Amino acid sequence: MHDLEAFRAETRAWLEDNCPASMRTPMPEDEVVWGGRNAVFRNPDSKLWLERMADKGWTTPTWPQEYGGGGLDKAHSLVLAEEMQRIAARPPLVSFGISMLGPVLLEMATHEQKLEHIPKIVRGEIRWCQGYSEPGAGSDLAGLGTKAILQGDDYIINGSKIWTSYADQADWIFCLVRTDFEAPKHSGISFILFDMASSGVSTKPIKLISGNSVFCETFFDDVRVPVSNLVGRLNDGWTIAKRLLQHERTMISGFGLSSGRNNRGGLADSLAETAMLYRGDVVELSDPVLRDQIAQFRIDSEAFTLTSQRSAQEAKQSKGPNATSSVLKNYGCELNKRRYELALQAAGTQALGWESLTEDDSDFSQQELAVARQWLRSKGNSIEGGTYEVQLNVIAKRVLGLPDMTAMVGNTAGKQGATGQNSAAEKTATES
Amino acid sequence: MSLVLNEDQTMLQQSARDFCREQAPVAVLRHLRDSKHPDGYSAEVWQSMVELGWAGMAIPEAYEGFGFGYSGLGLVLEETGRTLVPTPLVSTVLLSATLINLAGNEEQKLELLPGIARGDSVVALALEETAIHNPLHIELKAVKTGSGYILNGNKDFVLDAHVADQFIVVARTEGESGHQHGISLFTVDAASQGVEVQRLNMVDSRNAGNISLVDVEVPEEALLGQENKGWAALSRTLDIGRIGLAAEMLGGVQEVFERTVEYMKQRTQFGVPIGAFQALQHRAAIMYSEIELCKSLVLKALYELDRGEEAEDIPALASMCKAKLSEIYMLVTNEGVQMHGGIGMTDEFDIGFFLKRARVAQQTLGDAAFHRDRYASLRGF
Repeated sequence: MHDLEAFRAETRAWLEDNCPASMRTPMPEDEVVWGGRNAVFRNPDSKLWLERMADKGWTTPTWPQEYGGGGLDKAHSLVLAEEMQRIAARPPLVSFGISMLGPVLLEMATHEQKLEHIPKIVRGEIRWCQGYSEPGAGSDLAGLGTKAILQGDDYIINGSKIWTSYADQADWIFCLVRTDFEAPKHSGISFILFDMASSGVSTKPIKLISGNSVFCETFFDDVRVPVSNLVGRLNDGWTIAKRLLQHERTMISGFGLSSGRNNRGGLADSLAETAMLYRGDVVELSDPVLRDQIAQFRIDSEAFTLTSQRSAQEAKQSKGPNATSSVLKNYGCELNKRRYELALQAAGTQALGWESLTEDDSDFSQQELAVARQWLRSKGNSIEGGTYEVQLNVIAKRVLGLPDMTAMVGNTAGKQGATGQNSAAEKTATES
Repeated sequence: MSLVLNEDQTMLQQSARDFCREQAPVAVLRHLRDSKHPDGYSAEVWQSMVELGWAGMAIPEAYEGFGFGYSGLGLVLEETGRTLVPTPLVSTVLLSATLINLAGNEEQKLELLPGIARGDSVVALALEETAIHNPLHIELKAVKTGSGYILNGNKDFVLDAHVADQFIVVARTEGESGHQHGISLFTVDAASQGVEVQRLNMVDSRNAGNISLVDVEVPEEALLGQENKGWAALSRTLDIGRIGLAAEMLGGVQEVFERTVEYMKQRTQFGVPIGAFQALQHRAAIMYSEIELCKSLVLKALYELDRGEEAEDIPALASMCKAKLSEIYMLVTNEGVQMHGGIGMTDEFDIGFFLKRARVAQQTLGDAAFHRDRYASLRGF
């Protein structure tokens, strides 16, 4: 206990000295630090902040020190988080390496692989992307067809991925490839890492309905990857993929948090106030139907936040199955979609501008424009990371123990295309 | 903040569940209904609950209660919601004892609370005057006389009215209907001259009644709290009542859901259990998610209630609980009947009892629309 308090005092003093003032202000979207070889620092302070935090391993406080992490236990990392929260410090680094790949490598990679990759994740030197979905393998992820064929000490990889977030800006990819073409589809997949600068790798951004392009198509044309880059056992990649998906789902469910009351600066975060503002209401929102819908949305948001907290507390006591992550992911995404639909209603046509044609944004403010883009972006929340429907399948079968139709009609897993669309998706969901 | 049960609470929940399953199953309610029981509740079952300490659960020890708090009472209510056993728990323990404890003076508490804790007394809160919950709509008049007050007016939908020995009557001593100021609370002996009770036969087969008061004289000591200033205690009591009722509804929601999922696994059509059909699976998964949210709200609200002075945000929590549980109890009972198919429409099957209870519970102390409206006002829009 004494140790914790001493740590708190030290941490507070260190943060006081080392966290630049501008890193204690709300973070605009374009100042998020993703790291990587071509890292962009819109605000020079954020580079300083990243370096200082990385030196202490505090970009990943609980990771082992031998790989550059902070080496803190739960209690100490909580103190660090609280102290950072106290001064509203920005996260120094946001990356898929931290939120998805790193935890899996620490658990399943060899010592050499960890030594090679973990320190660079900690320091934000390498930016990772995820090579999972393929044009023909979405909900039915295990139906993936990208091939890795052994040739001497290398694998030769051919195929393509889709919906690869920020592939055009990433340095390395963690990728699911098929290494056994005869085995049932879940048993022939391997998990492999390679450099996006390798010869034969190309990317093409996908323009979305929101106008943004966070996702890419990624193509592999005879890409040569050393055997030593395989993580875990050959043909056992599905196990790793599932672990990683759990991390991803936890991350996406965070979208539903901080909705309603909390202030992230956007119009949609103060729906009621926005709706009143655009109607000239003073005391009460004059549209009774919208008022009721916003109330219902906010009640659900508050209940959702409480459920996230309860789920965390239960996990600590390791009570019950860890199925809540599917419930939270789904509910969080639906809430986010509802929030933006309500935001459109709240601000009317002012929330439907595509871009400003004036110097001073007198036609549409940046905040108003952001609502339209985020509304469109939110539609993807219930598709990425396992669709809404797949998550419902998981809850139905794994949590509620409802019977599996595919098991009853005889599922011929095996090669691709052997199962119906529905049953294949369920198979994936049940096992992921 | 703890949103998980501690050891004592888990034990209480288990013993309450065992008791309700064994001694107070839905069959008890069915029998009371079919036999047109004059009391509308089983005195035997109630006596056993009293012996378990449930009647004194949230009453302070100074008044012969057990001081287990609202978390304890909430757990008990949740379990009674699973078997729908009718008792004076809501009318007397949740509402009236709370109001007496909040508004009464020492003498009144000593006089009334021990009797409730011992199970000797049924006390009913006479509040509503319209078919729609509206606690500020109070027209029943109390006029001051030399020695006390004279009450005139009518009350609707008073829970346990015809078996109560005492009423707490919400009356107007000043001002107009709709105003907080001028609301006063009186204890009225059910046997008083001028009190008439009309029992109601509701769809959920639980006790309720209309009462009329014609020139009912009460002494000055019958005033509970200060004249004209009854609203604060009443309002807090109603919030506690809404949270407690939400706990009962949560029990019903879970019971209906579990029975329905079980049925989906057993009932076979087209050669497979109907639970294998995705159309039903998805609806079940959606209900499961909603129920998880309901649990969190009720746990949080009960937890806050027991923090006494430090309790935060009780009015909003009460409205969130009652709005959400009303919405989800409706969803789950409707889906429960639908997924049971034809058998769900039969009186022989229990599911209909939950459907009926759900609607009455939804209306009691305000439905979802009432509470979303109130929540919006509380949150400033």
